[in-house]
Amino acid sequence: MLATRAVGLGPSLRQTAFKPARAQALKNIVRTNFAKRMIQTERLKPEDAVNILNSQRLKRPSSPHFTIYQPQLTWIGSIFNRVTGVALSVLLYGFSLAYLFAPSTFDSEHVIEFVKGLPDAAKYAGKFVLALPFTFHGFNGLRHLAWDSGRFLTVKGAYSTGYAVIGATALSTIYFTVV
Amino acid sequence: MSVLAQAARRLPRSCLSDARTFTTSVTRFQAEPLQKPVLNKEFKIYRWNPDEPSSKPTLQSYTIDLNQTGPMILDALIKIKNEIDPTLTFRRSCREGICGSCAMNINGQNTLACLCRIERDTKDTKIYPLPHMYIVKDLVPDLTQFYKQYKSIQPYLQNDNPPEKGEFLQSQEDRRKLDGLYECILCACCSTSCPSYWWNQDEYLGPATLMQAYRWIADSRDSYGAKRKELLQNEMSMYRCHTIFNCARTCPKGLNPAAAIAKIKLELAAD
Repeated sequence: MLATRAVGLGPSLRQTAFKPARAQALKNIVRTNFAKRMIQTERLKPEDAVNILNSQRLKRPSSPHFTIYQPQLTWIGSIFNRVTGVALSVLLYGFSLAYLFAPSTFDSEHVIEFVKGLPDAAKYAGKFVLALPFTFHGFNGLRHLAWDSGRFLTVKGAYSTGYAVIGATALSTIYFTVV
Repeated sequence: MSVLAQAARRLPRSCLSDARTFTTSVTRFQAEPLQKPVLNKEFKIYRWNPDEPSSKPTLQSYTIDLNQTGPMILDALIKIKNEIDPTLTFRRSCREGICGSCAMNINGQNTLACLCRIERDTKDTKIYPLPHMYIVKDLVPDLTQFYKQYKSIQPYLQNDNPPEKGEFLQSQEDRRKLDGLYECILCACCSTSCPSYWWNQDEYLGPATLMQAYRWIADSRDSYGAKRKELLQNEMSMYRCHTIFNCARTCPKGLNPAAAIAKIKLELAAD
C-alpha cells in the first residue's frame, strides 16, 4: 500500500480493481498484509461520549433574552404591572409599618401639614407619581379579571384592552394630578 | 429512446463512461440574462463555538446580495453557509413551516426562519437563537428540557375503556374543540418568548407544553382528564402563566397558547 502510494500507482490499481478477479485478489492481498490506515481515529466508549457531552453542557452559554426581544405591549405591559404592584405594596407596607412604630409623626395631621408646606411643583409631581402606578395597576387588574373570566383571549383582544388601559391610565392620571 | 438505451446496453462499460464526457447540449443563441442590481443587506448572527468554550458569544456580520438570494431568512442562512462561512450552524429541515426546526429569534421576535421574509431594505437583520436557552452551537439551542416537559404531560390518548369494536368515535362538535390545538409543531417559539418561562424554566411547563396538556384535557376520547388536571394543580407547573400573551403574539402557526392556558385555569377553578 505504502509502496503504491510512493510510486503513484494508487489510482491505476484502483481502476483495475473494477475489472474483476485477478486485480481484486491482488488488492485483497495488499489490504490484508499491509493493512495500515493513514488516518488515526480515537476509540471512544459510550460512557466517554456521555462524559464529553456533560463537560460541554457545563460550559454552554445561555442565549440573550429580554435585552434582545422586541419591545411589545404584551410583555412590557406585564413588567410595568409587576413593577407598579411592587411599588404600591412597598408604599402601603412601608407607611403602615412607619405608622405602627411612630404613630405620632405619621398620623394624618402631620402628613397633611407636611404636604401643605411643600412647593406647588413638588405637590403636582408627588400626585403624578402616586396616581400613575395606582391607576395603571387598577385598570390592568380589571383587564386581568376579564381574561380570567375568559374574555378578550386573542392577540387582538390583548392589544385593544392594552391600549384601553393605557388611555384610561393617562386620562385618570392627568385628572388626579390636576385636581 | 429505447433504441439508444439498447445500444448503450450493448456497449462495454468503459466505452459508456467515455461517452458521458461528450457534451450533449447544442450551443445556441441565448438572450442575455437580466442583470439585477446589487441589493446588499447585512445579517448579524449570534455565534458561539463549543470548541472554544472560554470565548464569549459574539455577533458576526455577513453581507449578501438579496437579489441573488431566496425570499426567506432561511434562504439567506443557507446562502451564507454555502458561500461565505460553512461553520455557521443552525437547524433546518422542511423549509415550509411544518417541522419547526429553524425556530430562532429574528429581529427580536421568535419565529421560523423558513416562514420569515427578508425585509428588502438596507437595515441590518439580527438573528439570535431562541432566547434564554442553553446553546449547543451558534443558533442551535439545547431543547432537552423542553422535550422532557412535553413528555411529562403524557401527550397520548389514555382511556381504560376502549370501544369493543373499531376506533374511538367523536362528534364533529367535540372534534372542533381540538382545532387550534393539534396544529402545534413544538417549535418552542412560544415557550422561549415567555418571560415566565425565562425565569422559571426548571419548574414552569411553558405555553407549548401547556397547550398540549389542554389538547388532551379537551379531547372527548380521553378519560384521564381529571388526572391530567391534577398534575397542573400546583403553584409552578401552570400558575406561573401571567397571561402576558407573548406566546400567542409570536406563534408562527398563528395558534393561541395563552387562551388554552386560560381555559385550563377556568376548568381548574371550576373543580
